[in-house]
Amino acid sequence: MPQAAWRPTWITDRAPLFVVIGVLMVLWYLAAFLMNAPLVRDAFERNEVKYTFSDVIAGTMDGNRPIVPAPHQVVIELYDSIFGYPLDSPRNLAYHAWVTLSATLVGFAIGAIFGILLAVSIVHVRTLEKSLLPWVICSQMVPILAIAPIIIVVLGAIGIRGLLPKSIISAYLCFFPVTIGMVKGLTSPDPIQLDLARTWSATKLQVFWKLRWPSSIPFLFTSLKVAVTISLVGAIVAELPTGAQAGIGARLLTGSYYGQTVQIWAALVAAATMAACLVGLIDLAGKWTKRRMGAAQ
Amino acid sequence: MALGSSPTISIRPVERVTPPETSTGEGRPAAATALTVDACGVSLTFQTRDGEVEALANIDLQISDGDFVSFIGPSGCGKTTLLRIIADLQRPTAGTILINGVSPEQARLQRHYGYIFQAPALYPWRTIERNVALPLEIMGFDAKERRERVERYLKLVNLSGFERKFPWQLSGGMQQRASIARALSFDPALLLMDEPFGALDEIVRDHLNEQLLRLWDQTGKTVVFVTHSIPEAVFLSTKIVVMSPRPGRIIDIIPCNFPRDRTLEIRETPEFIKIAQRVRSGLRSGHSYDE
Repeated sequence: MPQAAWRPTWITDRAPLFVVIGVLMVLWYLAAFLMNAPLVRDAFERNEVKYTFSDVIAGTMDGNRPIVPAPHQVVIELYDSIFGYPLDSPRNLAYHAWVTLSATLVGFAIGAIFGILLAVSIVHVRTLEKSLLPWVICSQMVPILAIAPIIIVVLGAIGIRGLLPKSIISAYLCFFPVTIGMVKGLTSPDPIQLDLARTWSATKLQVFWKLRWPSSIPFLFTSLKVAVTISLVGAIVAELPTGAQAGIGARLLTGSYYGQTVQIWAALVAAATMAACLVGLIDLAGKWTKRRMGAAQ
Repeated sequence: MALGSSPTISIRPVERVTPPETSTGEGRPAAATALTVDACGVSLTFQTRDGEVEALANIDLQISDGDFVSFIGPSGCGKTTLLRIIADLQRPTAGTILINGVSPEQARLQRHYGYIFQAPALYPWRTIERNVALPLEIMGFDAKERRERVERYLKLVNLSGFERKFPWQLSGGMQQRASIARALSFDPALLLMDEPFGALDEIVRDHLNEQLLRLWDQTGKTVVFVTHSIPEAVFLSTKIVVMSPRPGRIIDIIPCNFPRDRTLEIRETPEFIKIAQRVRSGLRSGHSYDE
């Protein structure tokens, strides 16, 4: 059977992904060259050194404070700043990542639980849909950069400092997709299925646990994936007005104070990797749950 | 598959049907059996933006214990609405209706009936056995009782061996049989079926009709069955209620006294054809009313 002989492998399965990564890398190097080339040329001319085109290319790839650092510079910086210092040192990127990650996780937990509770009450109390939902939407129209310092100052004044204010800002951002998704999920059962529950004289609680909640699970995981990235962004934003002692946000802030572009990019890549891992974990949990719930393989 | 009943033909005494012209509840025959459904002047008017829509007008209907009654009529004649009123999924705007002598709401709360929809409406995240057990869980049966009943009723609808399957792994006809097992699981005296085989093909439908008839014969339940298929109605019923739209009303009630253990062959008999013709002419007269 000649057709059965060819099977997609791990590599061929992900071929499109690798192609996209490859194209991005090429574009990144191209951008690094184009953006940094004027700086390099200026430096050569200032020092009245003769230079060739290949000198310029080399210069754009290992500048100290390039406008766009090349990918390998970011990778080296990542490696050095994670493995070059002890884990509890403020120079270690992993230390900063952990500070942000812990605020993210606490904020995500608060936001997700709050979002689900809000959705449950909106679905069950009809007046809340009219009275509460507009406020939920309004809450997201306020720029978080404006609200974040207020929250931190107010909470600081009543003695709450450290992790919790950051988590609250992160929760403030991430409850929203959970609420919207879960309102949709909890109202997703077929009218027939609700009618059936009524013919059995099921209580509201039984309808919730046996019908509404299981029906909403796919919506839950979709909105959790959105929420977790938002809560990471929230935690980073919350670090900006805290005076930048620790965290990815602090790292970005000091990087931009001192023009350490490589450090900024490394922090960005670290944040992106963290977000990707968090989304991946939730995706995995979602797939596992769906399989447990008998979804078609 | 073994036929459930003995081959002796037992023709149930079917009481004379009230002519539909008598709109009051009087003149009702003194039935030997108790009434499962007793509707008197039931009407339902919907308020819509374009004004009032009379979904049901002045329905009088008596269904005796053990009857198999079909509602037949074109879409919009209110047959499903009438079924939903019996099930307390909708409330009439006028008239009275009693189910086993109590109001539909009490009948629902006391779990007098099982309702089967056109779609199986199985919960996709539950296996077949857990789907059948769902009403039992809701009604508070203990685990042992649930297991026994699930086994018994899955066997009754010929689904033994499919306990651990999920609904998507079963064909449409099997899913509908699972939904029938689910409705039977808590042993209600009355089965309300809203075009349960409407979405299935002819051959599966014939097969399920035979199974349903046998099940009715074995369990002695009262069945109210909504359909728009004339052969299906004549084949299954002891009593056919012909309905007509705008406003939804009963235009004929046709007794249909084939033996309880009838088989598909009766569809070729002259009596069958005669009854089918009477149903058809009833449907036609209901139609000409509008056009």
